[in-house]
Amino acid sequence: MPLKLEANFFEPGQRYWRAYTPGDDFYEALIETHRGLSDEQSALLNAKLILLLANHIGDISVLREAMAIARQDV
Amino acid sequence: MAGTYTYPRYAYLTPPELHDGAPRRHPVVVVGAGPVGLAAAIDLAQAGVAVVLLDDDDTVSFGSRGVCYAKRTLEILDRLAVGADCVAKGVSWNVGRTFFREHEVYHFNLLPQPDHQRPGMINLQQYYLEEYLIKRARQLPTLDLRFRNTVVALQPGDDGVRLQVSTPDGLYTLAADWLIAADGARSTIRQLMNLEMEGKVFLDRFLIADVVMKADFPRERWFWFDPPFHRGQSVLLHRQADNVYRIDFQLGWQADPEEEKKPEKVSARIRAMLGDEREFALEWVSVYTFQCRRMKQFRHGRVLFVGDAAHQVSPFGARGANSGIQDTDNLCWKLRLVLDGQAPDSLLDTYSDERVLAADENILNSTRSTDFITPKSPVSLTFRNATLALAREHAFARALVNSGRLSVPAFLTESRLNTADSADFAGDMVPGAAMDDAPLRVDGAGGWLLDHTGGHFQALLYVLDASALDAAQTAECKQLGEATPPLEVVVVSPKNGIAAGGLRVFADCAGRYAERYDARDGTVYLIRPDQHVAGRWRSFDANRLRTALARASGHF
Repeated sequence: MPLKLEANFFEPGQRYWRAYTPGDDFYEALIETHRGLSDEQSALLNAKLILLLANHIGDISVLREAMAIARQDV
Repeated sequence: MAGTYTYPRYAYLTPPELHDGAPRRHPVVVVGAGPVGLAAAIDLAQAGVAVVLLDDDDTVSFGSRGVCYAKRTLEILDRLAVGADCVAKGVSWNVGRTFFREHEVYHFNLLPQPDHQRPGMINLQQYYLEEYLIKRARQLPTLDLRFRNTVVALQPGDDGVRLQVSTPDGLYTLAADWLIAADGARSTIRQLMNLEMEGKVFLDRFLIADVVMKADFPRERWFWFDPPFHRGQSVLLHRQADNVYRIDFQLGWQADPEEEKKPEKVSARIRAMLGDEREFALEWVSVYTFQCRRMKQFRHGRVLFVGDAAHQVSPFGARGANSGIQDTDNLCWKLRLVLDGQAPDSLLDTYSDERVLAADENILNSTRSTDFITPKSPVSLTFRNATLALAREHAFARALVNSGRLSVPAFLTESRLNTADSADFAGDMVPGAAMDDAPLRVDGAGGWLLDHTGGHFQALLYVLDASALDAAQTAECKQLGEATPPLEVVVVSPKNGIAAGGLRVFADCAGRYAERYDARDGTVYLIRPDQHVAGRWRSFDANRLRTALARASGHF
């Protein structure tokens, strides 16, 4: 399955009235996870998060595609 | 500074209490004649309630202040008979564009659907809205609008409130059965009652400038993250009436507000933004900070808090004045039913419940926007900029870009006034939803669903052929008009037709009603006076409607 680049956030059992809500729910949770951490701690958290999510995705071709897009313009 | 607007001065008149010294008792006193207090007083007075509206000033809002008025607010203002004035004067828009550094990364359309009377948003200086509302208020015989009347003391009781009011002629006492506190973020009423607000202050400052210029910016909302002309900060541009542009510059917490307000300093910022030598003039400049907070509850006995007095949000999302006007829309019909003895006093607790929920949604959304716009840590800034960088090409990241989630009505799905669905329906018109508009023909003339609903309870009965309704059914429908509170049954039909028994018929000429309400032959919606859905069924049953009507009017 190719890398999904359309909006894809949802939470099982939740009905959303506004299209932006699931993405905003995620984004808030992401920023909240970093609350109170030093820059170094945040970098470590981000690395752990990427590893966890990468394993969850599993398909290395999808991960390569994501890594290539992430690398662009950096 | 330039002046495109002449501020009216409203005459102070000696209050009747000071003429003859006799204290009077009024069913409703509203404190604060800003947009929210005016909306409350007009809503009640239109229905014949005697209202005294007190304001400590004698003119309208100074500076543009609340600028964006959302579709739902316009629909409420239509029922207050000022919507058309506002739309005629304001700048209607639906499209917002977001830029990151030099490039557009994302745009949204507030109203992608056709067949709605009102646009997603208008921009209109607050002083115009207040002027139109005051003009309307003065047409209403039961509305007593008193300028330069300042509340200085308050005594809440079990069956009413006593107020001490200061005027140029001295002090007087006023008694009210019910008091609506619409006196803004620094509410005197709230302070006199020692009630607290809970929430958080944001450590940031924004400069707002009203700039008069001939410019060709389109009728859109433009938002910049980190633009070349204001590095590291954000800028927001809105076009208002009279060629006045509203520009918000993020300054950061360290900025000195007095220094930043100096005209030469503001002009330099605007010059950099315009990038050319065109003429402009400053009309109003202010530096603001903001808070996101609310009272625990909006009802305290006989005192009802509305608008900024009850809750405050950051300005990104236009959820301040818009939510205040929706507060009054929710409150006034309930207060009217209680005053008329048609509903128990506890119905007013649902005002607090429903609008606290809406306030929480507004605070949540405007806090999220603020956190995206002004990241609080380096990692938060990195995520923000990564989102903006991906947004140029990738749809998922565009959905995360948050330069303001603009005011929309809350879905009151948890309200005790709702009757839960017992059948399947598609779409969003669930119990608790604010009604979607649809074009109609009524008595042969074109119109809109939202212009023909509201103010009292209604049941919308959808039938394929209005003339096929039998006499027994129409008689049952007519009897509901005698219920407490009265319920008007209206027939909605795809065809023009005449229903028996003198029921009104709305012709769903474009089929939008059927589409938006998932209506089939026999589908019934119960509609509250504030145009929220209270219940819906696949067939007409007068007893079921009576039960739902009782629930929706506070008989739980």
